[in-house]
Amino acid sequence: MDEPLLQMKNLSVRFFTYQGVVRALENVDLTIQRGEIMGLVGETGCGKSVLARSILRLIADPPGKIMGGEVFFKGEDILKVSRKRLREIRGNDISMIFQEPMSSLNPVFTVGNQMQEVVILHQKVNSLQAKDICIQMLQQVKMPDPEQILSKYPHELSGGMRQRVMIAMELSCRPDLLIADEPTTALDVTVQGQVLTILDDLVRRLGVSVLFISHDLGVIAQLCDRVSVMYAGKIVERAPVWDLFAAPKHPYTHGLLQAIPSVDEERDPLLVIAGTVPGLIQPPEGCRFHPRCYRRFEPCDHVVPHFREDKKNHFVACHLYGDE
Amino acid sequence: METSREPMTTPVIQAIDLVKYFPIYGGFIGRKVEYLKAVDSVSLTIHQGETLGLVGESGCGKTTVGYLILHLLKLDRGNILFKGVDVSTLRGHELQKIRKNLQVVFQDPQSSLDPRMLIKKTVGYPLEVNGIAKGAEVVTRVKTILSEVGLDEDHMYRYPHEFSGGQRQRIGIARALITGPEFIVFDEPTSALDVSVQAQILNLITELQRRHGYSYLFISHDLSVIKHVSHRIAVMYLGKIVETAPKATLFKHPLHPYTRALLTSVPKPDPGKRHSLEVLSGDVPSPVNVPSGCRFHPRCPEMTEVCRQDEPVTVEVETAHWVACHHPSTKNLERSNQ
Repeated sequence: MDEPLLQMKNLSVRFFTYQGVVRALENVDLTIQRGEIMGLVGETGCGKSVLARSILRLIADPPGKIMGGEVFFKGEDILKVSRKRLREIRGNDISMIFQEPMSSLNPVFTVGNQMQEVVILHQKVNSLQAKDICIQMLQQVKMPDPEQILSKYPHELSGGMRQRVMIAMELSCRPDLLIADEPTTALDVTVQGQVLTILDDLVRRLGVSVLFISHDLGVIAQLCDRVSVMYAGKIVERAPVWDLFAAPKHPYTHGLLQAIPSVDEERDPLLVIAGTVPGLIQPPEGCRFHPRCYRRFEPCDHVVPHFREDKKNHFVACHLYGDE
Repeated sequence: METSREPMTTPVIQAIDLVKYFPIYGGFIGRKVEYLKAVDSVSLTIHQGETLGLVGESGCGKTTVGYLILHLLKLDRGNILFKGVDVSTLRGHELQKIRKNLQVVFQDPQSSLDPRMLIKKTVGYPLEVNGIAKGAEVVTRVKTILSEVGLDEDHMYRYPHEFSGGQRQRIGIARALITGPEFIVFDEPTSALDVSVQAQILNLITELQRRHGYSYLFISHDLSVIKHVSHRIAVMYLGKIVETAPKATLFKHPLHPYTRALLTSVPKPDPGKRHSLEVLSGDVPSPVNVPSGCRFHPRCPEMTEVCRQDEPVTVEVETAHWVACHHPSTKNLERSNQ
């Protein structure tokens, strides 16, 4: 296989707060191949968004600090490039969609204004050409009457339309990698369906790689090629989407899948993962999941499990697998 | 808990033809210019020991229905019968006597607990307000109810910020249970929680019902959650209930096109069942300018001329299966036959 588009090695991020040092990410590895949709799933506060933001160096410093690691994008370490080069990468090569489209659009400028600014900044075109590009992109995300939309303000659009504007804007510069941080969480289910279909369709057509972050395993299953499961600042399992949902290896992944009420089958009572997500100021020793794990045994509370390949392409960090 | 019970006795809650319009003020001197039709003649019945799930997208009026039944909002029209007695016209002392039987658990456990009140006070307050217990009696009752919802006794000497989201929701449930209600409204009780914690709360809610025979109105936008807890399900769209049926029936033979669209657009956690999630075009229209005829017609794939003009009547198609549609589908959802 060719060199991966993005390769994250040993990334650690900490936040220095009054309460203590938050170990938000610890030695995280992640690779994204060209043209694939990589899902990143985990519960609130497990570090999904920190991971996404640190790819673009969007961690506020202070209080946050990237402690170590490398993020290679097309052979270049993003963590080491100059500010000027970083600006070129942002938006041009890697772009990002956030959860709440209202807060990522400026309320006092029209949609057209904001979209054209992005296009003019990153591609060497004049404003007329930029407008054409914008209209074209809005058609691609199936917005009715794109020219009208350009002259509207964000508050005049519905949530689903705003998120489609964001998708159009982010893809207008044909990035190689799109980071989508919970893009449909704020939307209703029928609208979520529309947005996901458009996103899926468009990125596959343009050949854009996606890092798709969600807490919703349903959305992940419908969209992604490979999935990484995060727990308390670490990736605990990574596998092709089929393997992960058919045969989850990590007890946490297994528990997550069992804890969702299903539309298709009767589950009563729901399997429960005891306890709650630990705080990251003093995460549990050894395997971070061990206090909640129903299969813990001797080494779990003091030995940190390695992230190892248990089956072809199926990685897991758990003492149940392999001999350590 | 498969089928709904036959109405042997009078239902716990009977809501008849509820209407709530919120005025919108505007213009130069702030006159009423329009109405937001939040709830437009909604009727529903909830029996003893039963959970009625109320599902719909945001802004469809499901929370307003819950608040109307609880008297937290004033009705514009309609009647609410609690065990056969019309309570919609009660005021003052009379109303308060009824109220301890009707309780609510809110969506956001963060904002529904007073940050400056000890848990003991928060949970015990309904007892004092309703004159059920005083002093030491309150403390014993609070202890019992806390262990009932899976918290420790000594949690009552803490403040809300010391708890996680899931625990806060347990406190919210304890506060609702302490007056010994017969009917509880759950307004999206798990939508602010993570999946692993959500499962704990859902199990608790169903377990409590089994133990004490409470009747629930469970409001949610999440179909899989609704399916898990409910006996019967009512689907709401733009202020109206478009379909009501026992759970199994609704999922096997959904009749209203909107129900079918909702069912297919839920992303399933199974990559083997990938399919297009895009089943409906457009957005939910504003409840201020409600479409003519059937409210769903601008988005409906089976729309005909009659839908545009006449509002469909709610009819009972089969036993306990009500639908308001001109062209109720007769075909089963393919998905259910796998």
